Amino acid sequence: MTNHYIDLKNSDCILIMGSNAAEHHPIAFKWILRAKEERNARIVHVDPRYTRTSARCDYHVPLRSGTDIAFLGGMIKYIIENNLIQEEYVKHYTNAAMLVNPTYEFKDGLFSGFDKEKGQYNKDSWTLEKDEKGIPVQDLTLENPRCVYQMLKQHYSRYTLDKVSSVTGVSKENLLKVYNEYAATGARDKAGTICYALGWTHHTVGSQNIRTMSIIQLLLGNIGICGGGVNALRGEPNVQGSTDMCILYNLLPGYLKMPSGSLDTLAKYMEKYTTKTSAPQSANWYQNYPKYTVSFLKSFFGDKAVPENDFGYSWLPKIDDGKHYSLMHLFDKMYEGGIKGMFAYGTNPACSAPNTTKTRKALEKLNWLVCVNIFDNETSSFWKGPGVDPHKNETEVFLLPAAASPEKEGSQSNSGRWIQWKNKAGNPPEDAMSDGDITMRIMDAVRELYAKEGGVFPEPILNLKWDYRDPKGKFDVLKTSKQINGYFVKEVVIEDAAKGTKEINPKGDLVPTFGKLMADGSTSCGCWVMSGSFDQKGENKMAKRGKADPTGLGLYPDWSYAWPLNRRIIYNRASCDLTGKPFNPKMKLLEWTGDKWVGDVADGPWPPVADLEKGKLPFIMKPDGVASIFGAGMVEGPFPEHYEPLEGPLTQNPLSGQLVNPTITIFKSDLDKVANADQKYPFVCTSYSATEHWCTGALTRWQPWLSEMQPEAYVEVGEKLAGQLGIKNGERVNVTSIRGSVKCVAMVTKRFQPFIVEGKVVHQVGLPFNYGWLYPEDSGDSANFLTIAVGCPNTFCPEYKAFMVNIAKI
Amino acid sequence: MNGLELVKLIDISRCTACRGCQVACKQWNELPASKTRNTGSYQNPPDLQWNTWTLIRFQEYVDQKGTLKWLFRKDGCMHCTDAACVKVCPTEALYHTDFGSVGINYDRCIGCKECITACPFGVPKFNSATNKIYKCDLCQTRLRANQPPACVLSCPTGALQIGAKDAMLKKAYQRAKELGGDAAVYGDKFVGGTHVIYVLPEKAAVYDKLPEKPAVPLSIIAWKDVLKPMGLIATGGVVAGVFLHYITHGPKNPDEGNGNEKGGEI
Repeated sequence: MTNHYIDLKNSDCILIMGSNAAEHHPIAFKWILRAKEERNARIVHVDPRYTRTSARCDYHVPLRSGTDIAFLGGMIKYIIENNLIQEEYVKHYTNAAMLVNPTYEFKDGLFSGFDKEKGQYNKDSWTLEKDEKGIPVQDLTLENPRCVYQMLKQHYSRYTLDKVSSVTGVSKENLLKVYNEYAATGARDKAGTICYALGWTHHTVGSQNIRTMSIIQLLLGNIGICGGGVNALRGEPNVQGSTDMCILYNLLPGYLKMPSGSLDTLAKYMEKYTTKTSAPQSANWYQNYPKYTVSFLKSFFGDKAVPENDFGYSWLPKIDDGKHYSLMHLFDKMYEGGIKGMFAYGTNPACSAPNTTKTRKALEKLNWLVCVNIFDNETSSFWKGPGVDPHKNETEVFLLPAAASPEKEGSQSNSGRWIQWKNKAGNPPEDAMSDGDITMRIMDAVRELYAKEGGVFPEPILNLKWDYRDPKGKFDVLKTSKQINGYFVKEVVIEDAAKGTKEINPKGDLVPTFGKLMADGSTSCGCWVMSGSFDQKGENKMAKRGKADPTGLGLYPDWSYAWPLNRRIIYNRASCDLTGKPFNPKMKLLEWTGDKWVGDVADGPWPPVADLEKGKLPFIMKPDGVASIFGAGMVEGPFPEHYEPLEGPLTQNPLSGQLVNPTITIFKSDLDKVANADQKYPFVCTSYSATEHWCTGALTRWQPWLSEMQPEAYVEVGEKLAGQLGIKNGERVNVTSIRGSVKCVAMVTKRFQPFIVEGKVVHQVGLPFNYGWLYPEDSGDSANFLTIAVGCPNTFCPEYKAFMVNIAKI
Repeated sequence: MNGLELVKLIDISRCTACRGCQVACKQWNELPASKTRNTGSYQNPPDLQWNTWTLIRFQEYVDQKGTLKWLFRKDGCMHCTDAACVKVCPTEALYHTDFGSVGINYDRCIGCKECITACPFGVPKFNSATNKIYKCDLCQTRLRANQPPACVLSCPTGALQIGAKDAMLKKAYQRAKELGGDAAVYGDKFVGGTHVIYVLPEKAAVYDKLPEKPAVPLSIIAWKDVLKPMGLIATGGVVAGVFLHYITHGPKNPDEGNGNEKGGEI
């Protein structure tokens, strides 16, 4: 989230799209209700299905799965045509006024630079025109036909009400209602926010769904302000923390990039990722990239990391250029027989990964599998699952008993980037231990073997800095957290000639902010964004529980620690005009008082932009200091474009000649079957979770009170479709895709209504992915037998939210 | 909370049907789960049971304008002032507490099931294994310790609140006014006033299994308030009582609410 949960109460219009907030964020939802009650905010739910969220919103707008970009593209057109933008914000804080490279073009669904054979773009033309000094050329009247704003207008000119309605299945009346209400937040004293979740990410256009909304938020001046922002409601208590600590294959901690093979020296790596700018008012924060990288390497290799060996850079694993290592790639490789062993910590891919048939077959090809969990699940028991002969399967499976979350001390980061320290409530039972202890024991044994036997490339293993223990030899979470925060490896003297100050930081002191990290090896830091979670003498700010609210805006700066630097709303200087006065004086998030910013922790100390000499632009993480309405960050285009899901009801994209996202990877195994617009699978289907269960239910299905409420797999079917198929409520049915089938109970409901898409009736159904064969015995199996292993080409998040099925009575 | 006449306010307009209350109730009161099946509804167990003292009823409803609504109603004991169950209970197992709630003393319950027939809300449920009836006691032990009932504590949205009767009624009426339309307060105008009050966004008649005008059955008033005192004097009063029960209520099925019924909404 750019903002945080409590801040939802400050919004005037909350668009919940791609999220079932009431069901999956029941606690956070109170802030949404508060906005409604205290500010008379409008709460709008756009979703294929009417859910418990819809029930508490002002209204629900049904939308066909996978058509969010069409819906939002129509809103961009509406905002521009009715001139509802926040003009000062758009002109000065975004790249709307900048001119686009003259060679850039968009034609019939494809952007310039497409290589059809590779399914990839050359992004050379997706750039801005720069003058001889390297500064982007601007037209602040926004009238130049090549400026980003005009190009945006042109791009979405095809997204007419008729067209969008026909693609999405949303009535024109509903489209206008949402566009009108949401666009009203472009007023300086109004704030609109978006709450999204897996309903946006689980698509072949997942990242672009979010980017489309980001563009809307920029046009309306809604980023960096109270009650605004782009807000991912993250599903697991610590999913933010695990992302910050690089759960994804393409990242190192703190969102540093994972090195690839061609970047074989630290210098090349730094050259690629340290951003440069000629824009005079850009803070260009990533000019600090080397400081974070070297400090990270120091945390990994300690004293062994020295300038002479590139701080151990060559010991880091490298990914192959152009190759991907996502969950789907991993199981594809496993199914090929290319992977020998796997660790599955707190995860149940035998139910959670797409295309379950392929996933479970792939597991059979492993030599060994180590599962770490608090209960047995379908992954650790795959060898005795349906259709598997335990006598023939040779995979050796270990199930290590893990401590449950309340049995561990440590930090959890919520969606609002608050890193909150928690104590443990009790000790784990019997042999169960924390993931930290399990990992350390395994690595100890590995290091011992390497020390004794050598082996190929032992340096990364043996040079690893490996001191995360307490005096009793147990994993010491506080010590580890301090290393994540960072510390001075030696005495560091920081002199500021301008201010005439000299600051001595003794060796061993904790780094109080990432601003003090060094690129010369004198600091160590495991994750730069978390730096500052301790003060210099070791006070754990994550454990702070102060309830003061000095701004009255619910920032609660003394409660836990929010990265970065305890900033509660990021890009917050964008809440003020060029002179540093808040756009909305009633919601004074920040104000420049002539010598400093007062309010939230400002995005940097510099004066506002009106100070031409020292002032800096608010979007400090971008090289030009402004937010990118046009940008080359995504693989499939500088502007988002609607493409149909890989499996859908249409044979032609109504908006262009390109049916699906041209940059997706389609796996080629015999089990990766696709059935687009196939009469054998005529119904659009989506998968989701229920409030009562968590993910694949691997924890919650064992909880009798929860299983009592949602005991078994079900499919929600609209009344009209059920009538056509002769299915009565509560009857058992078979749901089938070209990849597999699941048996479940039909829940016949008014909450799914048919859509009219391109003049034809399209039915959509949906089912939860909370079940598995292991327990309770007759609760049904994974919904992912139906889903397809294809995903967003930026993140490789699978398309769990749009695929085609058929339904028949058993 | 000791010494106060309390009201638990259920503001349906704030309920997200997360069912935290349903689980919290089972947890605090140590009630086991039943083995259920999906009957085509989120509502599960399908009804109140001896081991389910509160449950969210799910109901799809299309209003007069044709707008689809999904109604969530937390069902459970209403804690009536003029409580039929207390009136009919021959052993005083059911009784009024000083909070205004209806408590239950399981040691005294003889499993006669009179209360099941008498209750206009269908709340008391029988467990054949123990030969006793069970129902919500508004977490009396918690109230004595100045703690809110488990359901109220678990509610994330403020749909459940508890407090002094007057204050809660005031809140309820204020909320109903804010909501406008058909929104109304339900509970204070019958059976002497209930100690669980709803703010209903729709007319009471819309809600499944919610009586529009709940009342203590006349037969009970006639029997318990008039005939019973006389019958106790007269020999053969018990025989007369059994006879009268048969006349007023008809024959009863055993094991009502054993926790495994089929049914539900939609």
